[in-house]
Amino acid sequence: MSGSTAPAIELAGVTKRFGDVQALAGVDLQVEPGTVYGLLGPNGAGKTTAVRVLTTIIRPDAGRAEVLGLDVTTHPERVRASIGLAGQYAAVDEQLTGRENLRLVGQLCHQPRAEVVRRADELLERFSLTDAGDRPLKTFSGGMRRRLDLAASLVHRPPVLFLVEPTTGLDPRSRQDLWDLIRELVADGTTLLLTTQYLEEADQLADRIAVIDHGAVIADGTAAELKAQMGATVLEVAFADVATAHSALETVAGVAPGAEVDGIAVRAPVDDGARRAMDVLRALDGAGIDVAGLTIREPSLDDVFLKLTGRRAEEDLDPDAPAVADPRPTADVAAQGGSR
Amino acid sequence: MTTTATGHVAAEARPEAAEVADGSKLAWAARDTAALVKRNLLHYTRVPQLLVFTFVQPIMFVLLFRYVFGGTIQIPNVAYVDYLMPGIFGQIVVFGATSTAIGLAEDMGSGIIERFRSLPMVRLSVLAGRTGADFVRNTGVVVVMLIVGVAVGFRPKGGAIAIAAACLLVLAFAFALSWIMALVGLKVANAEAAQAVAFPMLFPLTFASAAFVPVNSMPGWLQVFAAHQPVTVVVNAARGLMLGPEVAADLERYGVFNTSTTGYVLQSVAWIVAILAVFVPLAVRQFNRS
Ligand SMILES: Nc1ncnc2c1ncn2[C@@H]1O[C@H](COP(=O)(O)OP(=O)(O)O)[C@@H](O)[C@H]1O
Ligand SMILES: [Mg+2]
Repeated sequence: MSGSTAPAIELAGVTKRFGDVQALAGVDLQVEPGTVYGLLGPNGAGKTTAVRVLTTIIRPDAGRAEVLGLDVTTHPERVRASIGLAGQYAAVDEQLTGRENLRLVGQLCHQPRAEVVRRADELLERFSLTDAGDRPLKTFSGGMRRRLDLAASLVHRPPVLFLVEPTTGLDPRSRQDLWDLIRELVADGTTLLLTTQYLEEADQLADRIAVIDHGAVIADGTAAELKAQMGATVLEVAFADVATAHSALETVAGVAPGAEVDGIAVRAPVDDGARRAMDVLRALDGAGIDVAGLTIREPSLDDVFLKLTGRRAEEDLDPDAPAVADPRPTADVAAQGGSR
Repeated sequence: MTTTATGHVAAEARPEAAEVADGSKLAWAARDTAALVKRNLLHYTRVPQLLVFTFVQPIMFVLLFRYVFGGTIQIPNVAYVDYLMPGIFGQIVVFGATSTAIGLAEDMGSGIIERFRSLPMVRLSVLAGRTGADFVRNTGVVVVMLIVGVAVGFRPKGGAIAIAAACLLVLAFAFALSWIMALVGLKVANAEAAQAVAFPMLFPLTFASAAFVPVNSMPGWLQVFAAHQPVTVVVNAARGLMLGPEVAADLERYGVFNTSTTGYVLQSVAWIVAILAVFVPLAVRQFNRS
């Protein structure tokens, strides 16, 4: 069990269907102990379902799911003793104070009474919630709620942690704070699997990333490996409008194969960016098409997703799902939905 | 950062701790249930509307029936307030059972149940903690209503032990109803839906019963239902116990009761056992599945 090569988390051929929806269509992934693994995909890709299988909340239809070598379907109780889960919907009790929430979790983890009290205080302090600890949660901001939810997942010191979209709906400042907290958390060797719709989040936090779409992993590797699939650089030529971009596609593709339209831009993976840029500009000039802008840059995970799936990772997001800068916390929305 | 155990140490230590004998599992179930009973009761101290709904509404029913309708309802040899109060106990706990459904539906919708399911707690405690909290709340309400009843002229002659037994019977019935409502709360999508499903079930049970008026004053077709449905049975059992054997004998003689107090008590126990036997497993199955 202490063999250093055994994965801390493993899914092998896991499927799960809800009625007509094949939420997981054979997911394979392995997370090495002490690493951060990012499960990246658009809304509805199956990320949450994968986490719910691994955290014993639902049973898979088929396949093998293990945490620390323990099968989640045959040893759910032992798995639960080893995992922490913090969710998109801040699963904490609105009516209780921060301290009462943490103590409740401690009691439900069967900690000795003195430890329940001590651990709650310690976590409040560590998550900068001491002052707010005796206020009911309904007075908390979205960022505070997420921090408390995260604290609640750590009460029993789980060696394996699952975070479902930890910063969805947070403002950039709270997001950055939470990222810092998460980095601190994993510095001591906790294994972390996090799901996210944000390419930047996976890039910032994860050692390895799996891109998931329609219930299956379509690529995995380090951020650098995924980007390398794109070629060394990305060349992006912007035009006045979408129509111009479409009319320019053929010309660009003639010089830089693999070019694709993305909004008002045409984008192509290229190995020798500077040189190819000259060729592209010359060809466009020859065709009499005006260029509004030109960029040569490192490929982003967005490029990877577009290449793998033919669409942008965030294009089919739920329109209600807040963008990065939207200050409205989803936690509030979920909580209101649940409490009249 | 110094406080968190390293991954590997914890990884090896924790799962062993989860291997427990059945005996300590039972102790854990009790602890988990107690923790959740406390959590659910704390809500009453945080949400004033809950307290109002719980205590003020039954008091209004007492005043309404005692002073507004009471004058027109005649029951031979029994003061209406004495007839009424055991019925009010029944009505309170039946209406109160909706809070089990609403509370569970709210929890299911809020995501906190997902957290509970991922914790090393005994899962059944989520349901037991909810029905247990409602049992404690009902006990408080019954005590308050006894006091309110005495204040408006309720003078039961059954003796302390019989009155306590009547309260216990009503509370046990309420506990059984809680499990039906737990199933409702688990099956519906949200608190509003829980209320929408629960009230149409509970309203006729309460009003087409012996709670407020004798069954033999109702039209014949309604009597068939009203005389045998569980609220009537439990309310009349409590009534017979609280008012004492002499009054019960009178009520039976005048056709207000159609069996003896003992008969009603036995029927009540049968209903309670039957409801629990059917709905505890159904609720547990639904919880494990959803
Ligand atoms: N409990 C459920 N009942 C029915 N459909 C579900 C349920 N959970 C998830 N789904 C569906 O399964 C698919 C994957 O969902 P999910 O795992 O939540 O995706 P993600 O977390 O990547 O957004 C979606 O189409 C979703 O609607
Ligand atoms: Mg999700």
